[in-house]
Amino acid sequence: MSTLRTEEMTLNMGPQHPSTHGVLRFVVRADGEVMREAIPDVGYLHRSIEKIAEKVGYRGFMPYTDRVDYVCAMFTNQGWGMVCEKLAGIEVPKRGEYCRVIAAEFNRIASHLLSVGAMAMDIGAMTPFAHVIREREMINDLIEELCGARLTFNYMRIGGVAWDLPPGWREKALKYLDHFDPILEEYNALISWNKIYIERLANVGVITPADAINYNLVGPNLRACGIKWDIRKDIPYSVYPEFEFEVPVGNGQWGKLGDSMDRYVVRIREMAESSKILRQALEKIPPGAVLAKVVRNFKPPAGECQIRVESGRGDMGWYLVSDGTGYPWRVHVRTGSFAAMGIIQKLSAGLMIADLVTLIASLDVIAPEIDR
Amino acid sequence: MEALQILERVKNRFGDRVLEISEKKPDPFAVIDPNAIVEVGRFMNEDPELAMDCLSNESGVDYKDRVEVVYHLFSYQHRHGAVLKVKLPRDNPSVATLEGVWKSANWMEREIFDLLGVNFEGHSDMRRILMPEDWIGHPLRRISSSRPNTTESQRSGRAR
Repeated sequence: MSTLRTEEMTLNMGPQHPSTHGVLRFVVRADGEVMREAIPDVGYLHRSIEKIAEKVGYRGFMPYTDRVDYVCAMFTNQGWGMVCEKLAGIEVPKRGEYCRVIAAEFNRIASHLLSVGAMAMDIGAMTPFAHVIREREMINDLIEELCGARLTFNYMRIGGVAWDLPPGWREKALKYLDHFDPILEEYNALISWNKIYIERLANVGVITPADAINYNLVGPNLRACGIKWDIRKDIPYSVYPEFEFEVPVGNGQWGKLGDSMDRYVVRIREMAESSKILRQALEKIPPGAVLAKVVRNFKPPAGECQIRVESGRGDMGWYLVSDGTGYPWRVHVRTGSFAAMGIIQKLSAGLMIADLVTLIASLDVIAPEIDR
Repeated sequence: MEALQILERVKNRFGDRVLEISEKKPDPFAVIDPNAIVEVGRFMNEDPELAMDCLSNESGVDYKDRVEVVYHLFSYQHRHGAVLKVKLPRDNPSVATLEGVWKSANWMEREIFDLLGVNFEGHSDMRRILMPEDWIGHPLRRISSSRPNTTESQRSGRAR
């Protein structure tokens, strides 16, 4: 009997594919169901945001930063604010910093909710997505009351935030947190500890700690490899040193250290930590102004600097070069999704095609953040 | 270590191949001879006192008289960072790739090539990453000789 003939297939996945979280494309070289390589093709959502910054000036750029990563726009707002403040030496009033932390941590919960929900949906569990979207809508309602927008917030300004907390908002926020903490338990019971779900995630897309650093993975993806590193703790900014919170790391409890399940669980645990930070911040928020006095025609001195902010997708680096005029000379954003996409080609070798979907979801890649 | 101490240590090791150290606040930086960048990178990566295990950011800046590539290095082990730069001519800028030292350089160098037209010698996959393949010019260049905002096929009148 002659042996069966085999040959390598080239498959196209995307750019329109339900599980690619935006417009992404992969060229997959596969042998049956096992991939030899998945080559990412990005750039479909490139809107030249860095070029726009050179044309619209410092203040005018703030609404554009929302579009860098629309799932956690508070952090891109904050990054742009912080890099301008660092270069110009502006100090944000204490209450302004608290407002930033509160808005940002709510946004982190919303972002992680979407991430874990979409991950379940990509794997085939539809129901959890409806649950997380329900919770995320409530956070969106709160943020809408705060700044008038549900997705692209444009809440922060150079020197602080645009508006103070509205009357009665603090109580609403605390009430929501009381509701949210048990929901997290409910969600875990619904999907996280489901045996089928764990089997789909454990041991898939294992990243070693050395690779994670070499490929510059950041945020939850880095922490899932067991590296205890959080910009909020390790290079403290804003008022984060005033809060007590843990930095969850992966431990390989369900499979190997740094697998997809570790990345998933780190996000779940981070939501609980964000809730802790929010309670403390809402409790301790001092009275006072929320916005420093910044001249209308903002011109930082000539020079350059970089800041790092811990966004939902991890350490986001903002690099700004100023020539002393009212327009930035160069702005560069280094985002977590961009780095995460860079490692997919390496990780994909030997994975099943169905696991590529798991891998993309577990790295929490957001397409606009890759392409900017 | 403080950023300036790190740059001094590199200066002591490489002498005049470190062309300049800027102490300007908030972020000091060192300008490196483009021919020595791989050697300097490898030294900073392997030296136990520096142990720069992560290339956290690599970006390019076009100053009308030169193009600069900026490297933000970081050490998770010692929790310190430093900034290196190379200055290149505007016409056909070219510098060796750091992909061999830090894997994260691969994509970031592709982005710099795409948007600023810096060629990275020895790079394994020097293609455009964000712009369409037939794009003319490099959009983050300050003055572009060719008309920007077009692709080959748009310019020749065929719809894409």
